[in-house]
Amino acid sequence: MVLDHRLHAMDTIRSALTVVVDPLRYLVNLPSDIIDWSSESFVSHSTLEEENKTLRTKNELLQAKLQKYASLKAENANLRALLKSVDNHEETLEQVLIAEILSVDLDPYRRQFVINKGSSNNVYVGQPIMGALGAMGKVIHVGPLSSTAMMITDASHSIPVQINRNGVRAIAVGQPKLQRLELIHQPNNADILVDDLLVTSGLGCVFPPGYPVGRVTEIITNPSLPFAQIIVEPTAELDRHREVLLVWPSHRANKEAQCKGPAEEKP
Amino acid sequence: MSIVARRGTPIIFFTMVLSLMLTIMPLPTWAEEIRPHFVLMAVVYWSMALPHRVNIGIAWVMGLLLDVSYDAVLGQYALALALIAFFTVNLHQRLRVFPVWQQAIVVFVFSMLYSLIVLWIKGITGTAPSVWTIITPCFTTAVLWPGVFMFLRKLRRIYSVS
Repeated sequence: MVLDHRLHAMDTIRSALTVVVDPLRYLVNLPSDIIDWSSESFVSHSTLEEENKTLRTKNELLQAKLQKYASLKAENANLRALLKSVDNHEETLEQVLIAEILSVDLDPYRRQFVINKGSSNNVYVGQPIMGALGAMGKVIHVGPLSSTAMMITDASHSIPVQINRNGVRAIAVGQPKLQRLELIHQPNNADILVDDLLVTSGLGCVFPPGYPVGRVTEIITNPSLPFAQIIVEPTAELDRHREVLLVWPSHRANKEAQCKGPAEEKP
Repeated sequence: MSIVARRGTPIIFFTMVLSLMLTIMPLPTWAEEIRPHFVLMAVVYWSMALPHRVNIGIAWVMGLLLDVSYDAVLGQYALALALIAFFTVNLHQRLRVFPVWQQAIVVFVFSMLYSLIVLWIKGITGTAPSVWTIITPCFTTAVLWPGVFMFLRKLRRIYSVS
């Protein structure tokens, strides 16, 4: 047990045992898969048509936004060229893969989930996982066919963040009981307001920079305590997603922080 | 004797797999907090009824699988289950003659002990849950024990597992 906890010496044994447990996981997942499949295949024509219409509208809106993004990107590059500073958002499109969350319960005392991709899809330990609306968590154990991931609200998870409005950096630690995050070590007079958006800062070398993490919902300042208590609600709906994105970050943006990508780590 | 002594291995295997599946089956949050220790009940029943078939070794393997499916530190559930199996095998002759409600009390004590070991190891590794969330499953385990006992005994008698 000590070997496993401290040195991760048992990781190969663990992933071998995962092969035994994996069929069980898929079997347990089967009913919810069947429900999903049947609700998809037995819907009426009109529902599908309506869904198609809303998706098309959404797609057009996103396309329009993307056009704006292209011009903003060009403008940003121009301004940076004028200032002679390095463009650190160049080519931040990462390689992604869609994974599905298996509906199995893990340890009820921790915030974890199992996804249906493993080392056969080049998933690695410490890989960031994104939802459609923001950061979800990171991979902690990899098996051949499935991996276990930790949510950002797990008590032992912390994520380096930045406030989108003014760039104040902070660390958000999970608060599993509240399903929230908390910003630690922020003084009572820190420039943080309710409803501020937090994005990943990329400093921890795990999450790529610039993805939304959460919004500040509550700030409790008690003059008798050294730090303010700042509660953050995650933007990703952590308990409602079935599909998540596995991200292979390029880490090009913060080379100076000496981050190493998975490819660079293993020669 | 050796021919009679090996019957119904698929049944034991099936109930063990079933208990593992019930353990990782998704449940609503309120039910998740009171989910009984299914694997513990299966191990206790079989090591009480057939101590020469299911004992510490099987319990250890089940515990390892539980560790992996819970993604806990490898060995914590294995240790706890092996210890419970040890006690059950030691006391099996006494446990067999107990009425069911008395067995339920013993199972309650066993599952408290099991939880205590798990809590202890979790505490050392720094992921200790609150004490109450760990005690409530012990009550439901004891409450469900008569049902599980009847079901497994029926299975054992129908398929004459020995």
